[in-house]
Amino acid sequence: MTQMESTANSREKIARFEALVLPHLDSAYNLARWMTRSSSDAEDIAQEAMMRAFRFFDTFHGEDARVWLLTIVRNTYLTWVRRQLPQQNSAEFDERLHTDIESALTPESEFLRQATVEHVRRAIENLPAEFREVILMREVEQLSYKQIAAVTQSPLGTVMSRISRGRSMLRQLIAGERRHAEVKHHG
Amino acid sequence: MASHAQRNLLHAYLDDELDLVRSMELEDHLAECGDCATEVASYRALRERVLAVDLRYEAPAHLRSRVLRQLEEQEHRPSTPAVNLRRVPWWSLATAAACVLVTVATVMLVVRRNEDRSLIRAFVADHVRSLMASHLTDVLTSDQHTVKPWFTGKLDFSPQVRDLSGEGYDLLGGRLEYVDGHTAAAIVYQRRRHVINVFTWPSSGSDHEPSTTAQQGFNVVTWTQGGMSYCAVSDLNRQELSEFVSMLRR
Repeated sequence: MTQMESTANSREKIARFEALVLPHLDSAYNLARWMTRSSSDAEDIAQEAMMRAFRFFDTFHGEDARVWLLTIVRNTYLTWVRRQLPQQNSAEFDERLHTDIESALTPESEFLRQATVEHVRRAIENLPAEFREVILMREVEQLSYKQIAAVTQSPLGTVMSRISRGRSMLRQLIAGERRHAEVKHHG
Repeated sequence: MASHAQRNLLHAYLDDELDLVRSMELEDHLAECGDCATEVASYRALRERVLAVDLRYEAPAHLRSRVLRQLEEQEHRPSTPAVNLRRVPWWSLATAAACVLVTVATVMLVVRRNEDRSLIRAFVADHVRSLMASHLTDVLTSDQHTVKPWFTGKLDFSPQVRDLSGEGYDLLGGRLEYVDGHTAAAIVYQRRRHVINVFTWPSSGSDHEPSTTAQQGFNVVTWTQGGMSYCAVSDLNRQELSEFVSMLRR
């Protein structure tokens, strides 16, 4: 391959990358922003993920570009997390500490109706990582269960279970935020 | 009453992920089971509340610029294919040696053109960023006699600033820039709704005539004159941008 041919190939590669992958930069940043809860960390992770995506672009075969990119973003985030807290295993979540006490609660629709943007935001931020990510992908990115399974590289059953438990926790957290605000107001 | 293991189905049902048969079975169940029906209603309310809130963060403009810039740098990473000399016949080596001298000049030209393209991309990214971040000017004035001195002490050169308001090109102000290792001045003009960023920095090469190109939907004109390099970026049409450049060069 001559110098000019390889230069032309590089330019074509950049053009293809800009057309197929770059449009999903917002999704990439959004996921990183919610998972890291920091805009500067989110920028670093999104940027690193874009660079890795470009390096691996030859392995992308025209499937769902957003799912492909988000998989890379998620893996980049997990590497970042491991660097932050080497002792903590981010993958497992202790069931016993978070048993569902839902049956004791009445439906929280009243609290939900009155929940503000801030309540909802804070509640999501307080979700453990593996529930936060599936809730985000489902509600904000509007990915299907199958797409979520692809990004998280886990079975469909796990996805369904995490969405179910994630929403259950989210409901309690929002209600908690609302109750907390109410106490502050009247207390 | 469905067991708690069936709770996942409720969510899948809410997300339209259940197949037709199971959806109908579930709906039959919901018609009879108050607890499950309440659950579904509650989670439906939750989803609606969450969906109603604007939770999506958008990538900041400077992130996009940084990514584009880094793609450029990745492009220029040298990748020389390995050649096993022992398997190459001697006569082709002799021919190759003769060709080398010819191709060196071509390669130098291509490499320089790629560096130019990379620089142009950097200026276009900068143009985009200046529009988005409400950071169009560091010094906001239509008076050329204010803009030029503002750069004194901040740059070791004095950028050209022209008053072309008579021709319909308004001066908006100036901005200090640092692009691709160069400290540059950005003089900002406006033609109707169109912003024109004219980047200028000291040149090492000889004068060359304006050359027009397009990048990411913007028109770009570059030229060198009197020891200074210029790069004008705008979404203004080519013809008017060229006319504008001619006026600047007079």
